Amino acid sequence: MKSIIEARHVTKRYKRYPSQWARLWEWLTLGRRVTHQPRLALQDVSFDVRRRESIGIIGQNGAGKSTLLKILTGTAQPTEGRVRIGGRVSALLELGLGFHPDFSGRTNALMTCQMMGLSRAESERLLPEIEAFSELSDYMDQPMRVYSTGMQVRLAFSAATAVRPEILVVDEALSVGDTYFQHKCMQRIRAFKEKGTTLLFVSHDPAAVKSLCERALLLDQGRLVRDGEPDELLDYYNALVARQQHEEEIRQVENDFGRRSTRSGSGHACIETVELLDQQGKPARAFRVGEKVRLKLLVAFRRAVADPTVGFIIRDRLGNDVFGTNTRHLKAVPGDFAAGEALEVDFGVTLNLGKGHYSISVAVHQGFRHVENSLDWWDHCLVFQVVPGGEAAFVGTAALPISVETKRRQRQ
Amino acid sequence: MNSGPLIRSQVDRLQALWRYRGFVFSMVWREFRGNYLGSLLGSVWSILNPMAMIFIYTVIFSKIMRAKLPGVADTMGYGMFVCSGVITWGFFSDLLGRCPKMFVENATLLKKVNFPRTTLPLIVFFSSALNFLIIFGIFMAFLLLTGRLPGMTILAFVPLLCLQQLFVLGAGVFLGTLNVFFRDVTHIVSIVLQFWFWFTPVVYPLNILPPGARRLVELNPMTRFVTSYQQIVLYNQWPQWSRFGWHMVGALLALGIGFVVFQRLSGEMVDEL
Repeated sequence: MKSIIEARHVTKRYKRYPSQWARLWEWLTLGRRVTHQPRLALQDVSFDVRRRESIGIIGQNGAGKSTLLKILTGTAQPTEGRVRIGGRVSALLELGLGFHPDFSGRTNALMTCQMMGLSRAESERLLPEIEAFSELSDYMDQPMRVYSTGMQVRLAFSAATAVRPEILVVDEALSVGDTYFQHKCMQRIRAFKEKGTTLLFVSHDPAAVKSLCERALLLDQGRLVRDGEPDELLDYYNALVARQQHEEEIRQVENDFGRRSTRSGSGHACIETVELLDQQGKPARAFRVGEKVRLKLLVAFRRAVADPTVGFIIRDRLGNDVFGTNTRHLKAVPGDFAAGEALEVDFGVTLNLGKGHYSISVAVHQGFRHVENSLDWWDHCLVFQVVPGGEAAFVGTAALPISVETKRRQRQ
Repeated sequence: MNSGPLIRSQVDRLQALWRYRGFVFSMVWREFRGNYLGSLLGSVWSILNPMAMIFIYTVIFSKIMRAKLPGVADTMGYGMFVCSGVITWGFFSDLLGRCPKMFVENATLLKKVNFPRTTLPLIVFFSSALNFLIIFGIFMAFLLLTGRLPGMTILAFVPLLCLQQLFVLGAGVFLGTLNVFFRDVTHIVSIVLQFWFWFTPVVYPLNILPPGARRLVELNPMTRFVTSYQQIVLYNQWPQWSRFGWHMVGALLALGIGFVVFQRLSGEMVDEL
C-alpha cells in the first residue's frame, strides 16, 4: 500500500532572539551577524503513514507534538527535510476558530465550511446535516454569544467534520463537551476510519489511543524515540510521565521537610553539596522500586581533619530509620585532610524500598561515634520518592527479593 | 535552477485562491455586517455616517461658514473640493492603516487552519473597498441631486483608484508581513499617515502653498492622485494620464516587493505569531 504521509528528516528550528533590537541587527546585516539562538523543536523525524492507518502521536508538553501537527497540517514549514501529504487534511486542533459571537450558528457553520475550502453552495448543502449532528436546531439562528461553550464546540465539530477528509488530525486538547456528544464524536471518527480516512490522533488518554490506533509515535524532546504498537509505547510513556509528575510532587514535599531540616556540628568540615542522581547521572527525586541511584556528597574542610567518616541515613515518612551506613563501615578510608581540601563521596545504592516518601540525612564526623565528634550533620537534606516499577505489588518499606511457588496437593 | 516547479506552485496557489473566493467574499460581508449587528438601524448607519460628513463639509462649511475656494464661484465649491479629497484619501489611509495588522490579528487562524494566506490581504482590500464604495456612492448621489455631477470624467476615477489601491495593497502586504516580526510597524504607519495627510493637498488647494513647499508637496505621489480627483469633481477635467507613469512603476514595484517579501517570510511568519 502506498504511503499517504511521508515525513523525511523533518527538523524544525525556531529562532530565538534575545531582544527585538538583536533581531533588527541581524536583519540589517542581512544575516551576516547572527544574533539568534536556534531552538530545536523537531529533530530528524522520519516516518511513513499508510492509507487507512490510524496513528497516535504521544509525548509530553514540549516534546514537539504541536510543531509536528502544524507541519503535517501545512500551517508551518519544516526548516529541514520534507513532508509529502497525499490527500485532503482536516485538522481538529482547536474548535470554533474564526467563530464570530454576533453571528448566528448557521452563518458561523457556513464560514467554517468555507474556511476548509468548500464553496458557498457546497457549504449550504451540508447545513442540514450539520444542524442534525450538532442537535442545535433551536439555536441555529441565534447569535453565537448565547451559546454555551459546549454548544459552540458541538457546532464547530459538526461543521469541521461535515465532509469526510482523507486525513484527519485530531488533537487531545479537543474537548467536545458532554459525555454523550463525546461518544457521538468518537463514533463519527470511527466511521471515517472505516470508510478509509487516515487518522492522526494526538492524545494523552491511553485508552483512547489504544482503542483507536494500531500504531503510535512517541516524541520526546523533538525526537521520534519510538514507533510501534500503542501498548508498548504507552507503558513507556506512562513511566516517563509518572516520573515527572512525582518529581513535581516531591518538590512540594521537600519544601515541607526543608523547613524541618536542621544542621549541626563543629563546622570544621562542611557538606557543600548533596546530589541524588539517577543512572544517567541526572539529578532526580523520583525512582522506581529497585532502581539504582547515586548519592554524591562534596565535603569541604575548614580545619585539618584526620580520618573523617562520611555517612548517610534514609528515613521513612514517619522518621523511622530505614537504612544508613558510612565510609568507615564500607571500608573506604579517605585519609587525612588539610584545611582547604575537599572530599567527594559517591555512594551507589539500589533502592530496594517500598513506595512512599523518604528523606536522606548526611553527616561527616571523626572517629566511630558521630554523635560526639560531629563535624557537620545535615538532617533531611533531601527528600525523594519511590514509585512502583514493574514489580509485583507489596506493602512495607523493604523490597525484599521474593519468589513463590504454588502446587496443588491432594489432602491425605 | 529549473523554474518549472516554481511556476507550477504559483499556479497551484492561484487555483487555491480561486477556490477560496467564496470565503473571501463571505468574510468581507461578515466584516461589514458585523459593524452594525445588534443595532436598530443596522447597515443604515453605513449610509448615515458618510451623509453626516458630506453634510458638514458642503452645507456647514460652504453655506454657513462661507468657506471659499479661490477661483471657484460655486458656493458649494469648497465642500465638493474637500469631500472629493477626504473620501479618496480615506480609502487610501483606511487600507494602509489596516494592512499592517492583518496577519497579527488572525494569528490563531494562521497557526491552526490551513487556508491560503493570501486571502487575508484580499479580505482587507475588498472590505475597505466596500466601505469606500458606499461613501463614494453617496457623494455621487449628492452631486447628482444638487445638479453638480461631472460628466463622463467620473469614469477616470476607476483606473486612478485602482492604481492607487494596488500600490497600497503591495505596500500593505509588505508592511503586514514586517509587522509580524516587528510590531512597531503598525504604530509607525499610523504616525506616517498623519503627516502624509497634511503633506497632501486634501483640505487645502495646492496653489495656496509658497513655491518651495509646493514643490515639496508635488513630490508626494498622493498629490497627483488627489488633485486629479478634485479636478474631476470641480472642473469635470480628465486627468493627465501621462503624468502617472511613475505611479504605475511604483504600484508594480510595491506589489512585486510585497509579494516577494511575503513569499520569503511566510514560512517563518507562523513561527512568530
